[in-house]
Amino acid sequence: MTGTVNRENFSRRIFERLADAGVTLFSYVPDFGNDELVKIAEADNRTTAVLLSSEQEGVALCAGADLVGARGVLLMQSSGVGNCPNMLSLVRGGRFPMLMIVTMRGDYGEQNPWQYPMGQAVEPVLEAMGIQCIRVERDDELDQATDSAISSAFAAGQGVALILSQKFLGAKAF
Amino acid sequence: MATNLPPSTIDRRDLLAHLIPDPDECLLVAGLAGSAKDSAAWTQEADNLITLGGAMGGAVAMALGIALSAPDKKVAVITGDGELLMNAGVLATVASAAPQNLNIICLDNGQHGETGGQPGHTSRRTDLALMAEGAGIASAMTVSSPDEFPDAQAFLADGIAPKFLCVRVMPGPPTDYKRNWDLAAGRLRFKAANVINVEQ
Repeated sequence: MTGTVNRENFSRRIFERLADAGVTLFSYVPDFGNDELVKIAEADNRTTAVLLSSEQEGVALCAGADLVGARGVLLMQSSGVGNCPNMLSLVRGGRFPMLMIVTMRGDYGEQNPWQYPMGQAVEPVLEAMGIQCIRVERDDELDQATDSAISSAFAAGQGVALILSQKFLGAKAF
Repeated sequence: MATNLPPSTIDRRDLLAHLIPDPDECLLVAGLAGSAKDSAAWTQEADNLITLGGAMGGAVAMALGIALSAPDKKVAVITGDGELLMNAGVLATVASAAPQNLNIICLDNGQHGETGGQPGHTSRRTDLALMAEGAGIASAMTVSSPDEFPDAQAFLADGIAPKFLCVRVMPGPPTDYKRNWDLAAGRLRFKAANVINVEQ
């Protein structure tokens, strides 16, 4: 990896904010960028990590949690955004709160050409389905961006994606 | 319906009440199209039912989110063979999460009823209960005749969870019922009746 971000540090900061906001379900498709956050959620007795087969399941799963007054978050790599649009109909049609955390590929310093098509389409696709995108490029933006995403989802009932860019995460070396 | 199984003699319109005699005791999710119509007519759109009109492939995952968040409640999801196959990976997701309070009921008519009755995979070679077992769902059962309703009811009540019940039904229309299409209204109605933690 390039870049100097400390994954355990930033993952812990995101986790504590989500847990304090009452998020109990951490649904995810594994990615290098969300690996630490999932491990923290698995280890903490306040939260449950739910391994998904496809990212779209997490949209419906978080909507189900909302139906009984609980809160979920959906963690995925940028490629997974492409698996979600139809299921995001729930957000606009049902006014479900939806909080996604997208760890980017195909973004800044990417060396794998396969990652570019979906990576570059992440924000247009999400915005087309009515999901607000909050992008993090520097470590000093993370805390406030996370708080903003939590407010948008759970105070205002919006669909929102916290986008952790490759400028922030660092790009994988091949 | 997989070709090695006998033809079904089950009319879907007269089915759900035989499987779950006390729907009031459950939280219910119904997937789009026929599943939603049959479920809405069965419960008269009770406050413990949320019906989908789109988001195909989402019903089982929505029910899993409910089941994991409300472990003291019984949860049942009514889906169809077309919807289930659109995201069959969710069977593995349910198996891994292993909720002890979730029943999956799949109404398998072997066709895409809502779009004109075009044949689906289960009318050819696909067996959904075998897929559920292969995914690791704790128990799975297939029924094809009304004679099996008592066994199916007992399976849903007492089998090892999570459970998957494939009900092979005859081709034919779902219950004629005009349900509310407004998901936002349905969400608020469901939450008003079923939110466990009132502070959220």
